[in-house]
Amino acid sequence: MTAASGVLDLEELGFERGAHLLVQQALKGMHPGQELGVTGADPALTVHLEAWCRQNGHRVRQAVDTDFGIRAWVVRGRADLDRWAGAQRAGSPGVDGIVENPPADWGLAARGALIESGGPQTPFDITHRDLVWAEIAPALYASAASAQWDPNTAIDWNADFTLKPEIEQAVVQVMTYLIENEQAALVIPSKLLARVHPHFREVLQLLAVQAADEARHMEVFTRRALLHGGEMGTSSVSGRESLSTLLEEAEFSMASFLLSVLGEGSFLNLLEFLDKNAPDPVTRQVTRMARRDEARHVAFGVAHLQHQADLDPSVRHRMRAAVERRYESLVDTSGLNQDVFDSLVVLAAGDWTPAAIAKGYDSVMKLQSEMDDGRQRRLIHLGFPSSEAADLSALHTKNFM
Amino acid sequence: MTLLMGAVAYDPKVVTIWGGFRSWLQARGLPFDFVLYSHYERQVEDLVDGKIHAAWNSPLAWLRAERLAKAKGRSVSPLVMRDTDRDLTSVFLVRTDSPYEKVSDLKGRTVGLGAIDSPQATLVPRSFLREAGLTPGDDVTIRRYDVGVGLHGDHIGGERDAARALLAGDVEAAAVIDMNHLLFGREGTLPPGSTRVLAQTSTYDHCNLTVVDSAPADLVKKFGDLLLSMSYADPEVRPLLDLEGLKMWYEGRSSNYSLLETAVEEEGFYDADGSVTAEEYTP
Repeated sequence: MTAASGVLDLEELGFERGAHLLVQQALKGMHPGQELGVTGADPALTVHLEAWCRQNGHRVRQAVDTDFGIRAWVVRGRADLDRWAGAQRAGSPGVDGIVENPPADWGLAARGALIESGGPQTPFDITHRDLVWAEIAPALYASAASAQWDPNTAIDWNADFTLKPEIEQAVVQVMTYLIENEQAALVIPSKLLARVHPHFREVLQLLAVQAADEARHMEVFTRRALLHGGEMGTSSVSGRESLSTLLEEAEFSMASFLLSVLGEGSFLNLLEFLDKNAPDPVTRQVTRMARRDEARHVAFGVAHLQHQADLDPSVRHRMRAAVERRYESLVDTSGLNQDVFDSLVVLAAGDWTPAAIAKGYDSVMKLQSEMDDGRQRRLIHLGFPSSEAADLSALHTKNFM
Repeated sequence: MTLLMGAVAYDPKVVTIWGGFRSWLQARGLPFDFVLYSHYERQVEDLVDGKIHAAWNSPLAWLRAERLAKAKGRSVSPLVMRDTDRDLTSVFLVRTDSPYEKVSDLKGRTVGLGAIDSPQATLVPRSFLREAGLTPGDDVTIRRYDVGVGLHGDHIGGERDAARALLAGDVEAAAVIDMNHLLFGREGTLPPGSTRVLAQTSTYDHCNLTVVDSAPADLVKKFGDLLLSMSYADPEVRPLLDLEGLKMWYEGRSSNYSLLETAVEEEGFYDADGSVTAEEYTP
C-alpha cells in the first residue's frame, strides 16, 4: 500500500543542474514506499529521473494519462535511511560534549558531527580524554591565538647599537643554544599532536599554536644571531644528548612534564635573565616576546599534569620515574655546553674587568638557583612534598631544557 | 569445496570489491574465492566448462553463456543481480540546436557508438536504428569508439568519446546508456543544455551473477542467500556496495534481455552454439 505525498514541480530545472536536490528534499519527509509525483519542463526529466532514482535506491513508476501533468512517480527507497541508520553524534561541539574515549573510526570528523558508521580506523593512539586534557586548554588556546605576533614588526630590527665583539659573540652563542632548544620544543609537540585523537580539538589547537610559537622563536633568535653578520656559535654533544632524551619520551603526559613543566619552566627564568641582562634592545625584545609564549606552554603543562594527578595520584610516581630515567641516561654527560655557560656570564658581566666577570658569574649562579626554585614550586603545585620536589629538581638536566 | 567465481578486471576496484565480499562471505561460513579474467569471453567459456562455478557477467556474456551451455547440454541461471541492473535504457543524443526530431531523420548522417561489444552503446542502439528503418552502415554511417574491447562496454571510455565527438560536431548523434547522459552532464563532458535526447530505447537488464548447473547446489544456494541478505545499513559492506554500484541485490531474472538477444541475432555476434562470430571483434 502506498500513499502519494505530494507533487514536486521542478519547472525548468534539470538533473544536470541540481534537480536532485529538490527531489531529495521532497523525499526526506516521506516513508519508504510512498510516492512523489514529479513534474517539470526539462525535456530529459524522465530519463534523468529514472537514472538518478536507480542509482540512489528509489524506483520510478511511469505516469499515466490520468495523472494530469505528472511526468513520473518516484517510489521512495530506503538507502539513504539505511546509510545513516547506525550513525551517531561525535559528542557535541562544546567542551562539555567531549567523550572520554572516542572510537578510532570517528577519525578526523568534527566534534559533534553525525558520523556514518564504519570507515577506516585512524592511527591516533592517544585516544583517552584523561591522557591529554586540561580544563584550561580552550582558554589557553584562545589566549595563544590572540597573542600571536609578527616577527617582522614586533621586533625593532633596525635599532641602532654596537657591541664589543666579545659581547656580540656571547649573544650569538646564547642565540645558537636557544635555537637548538626551540627546535626540540617545536618537534616534540608536533609529534604528540599527530598522535592525539582530533576529537580533543582544543588540545590539537593548543599544540599547533605552541609549535607555531616555537617556529617564530627559531626565526627571531636566528635573525638576532645573524644581525651583525657573525657566525653561529657552537652546539655541544651534551646539549644534544639532553634534548634527544626528550624526543624519546613516548607518553604524552611525561613528555609534557619533562618539556613544558621542567624544561620550558626553567627557560622562563633564562629568558627573564636575558631580558634583564641583554646588552642590546633586539636581544631584549626577542627574549621578552618568546618568554610570553613560553609562559603559556608551561601553564598548559602544569594544568594537564595537575588534571592527571587529580584523577590518579600514581601519576606522580611516573613523573618521578621519568625524571630519574632521564637523569640516569644523562649522568655520564657534561650537561650544559661550557660555551653557553661562559656566554651567559659574559652577557651578565657586560665588561671584561674582574669585577664585572665576578658579577656576571654570580648572576648566572643566581639564575640557576632561581630555575631550581621555579621547578620546585611547580612540582609542589603538582602535589609533591617539598623535600621530594627539591630532590627531583636537582636531578633535572644541567642543560636547562 | 570452495565456490569459485569469475569476475572481469575492467577496473582495479574489482579487486577491492570482490576481495571485500570474499572476506565477508567467508566470515559467514561460505568457502568462496574468485579469479579475474581480462575479458568476458574466456570467463563464460570457463563457466560452462565447469572451471568456475559462477561468473559476474555482463548481459552479453550472459547471453553467450546461455548459448554455450545449451550447446553442451548444460544450463546456466542468473542467481542475483544489482538493483541498478534492472530496467535500463539507452538514449540517442543530438546537439540541442540540431534539426533532428526523430531517429529516421538521421538517415545519411553519422552516428557515434561505443565499443563493438557494448550492449548499451552499440548493440542495442544498432538494433534500435534497424527498427526505425535505418540499416547501420547503409542508411547511417557508424563511427565506433572502441575502448576496452572484450569488456562488453564496462569501460565508460567509448561512450565518453562518442559524447565528445557529438559535441565537437564529428558525429550527428551518439548513443549512451541513460545514466551516462546524466553523468556526462554533471561532470561537464556535455555542458547542460548542449544536447537533447532524440530517442530512448525500451528497457533492458544489465549484469547478472550467472551460475552453471554443475556447481555445488548447496554452496550456490548459500552464496545467493548471503548476497541477498547484504544490507546497505551494514557499515562493513556498504562501502563495497557503493563501489559496485548497488544498494541491494535482487533475485536474478532472465526475462528482460530480449532487446539484446535480438541485437545479437541481427548482428550475428554469436552463433546459436555461442561461438564468437562477430566481425572485427578481437577481445
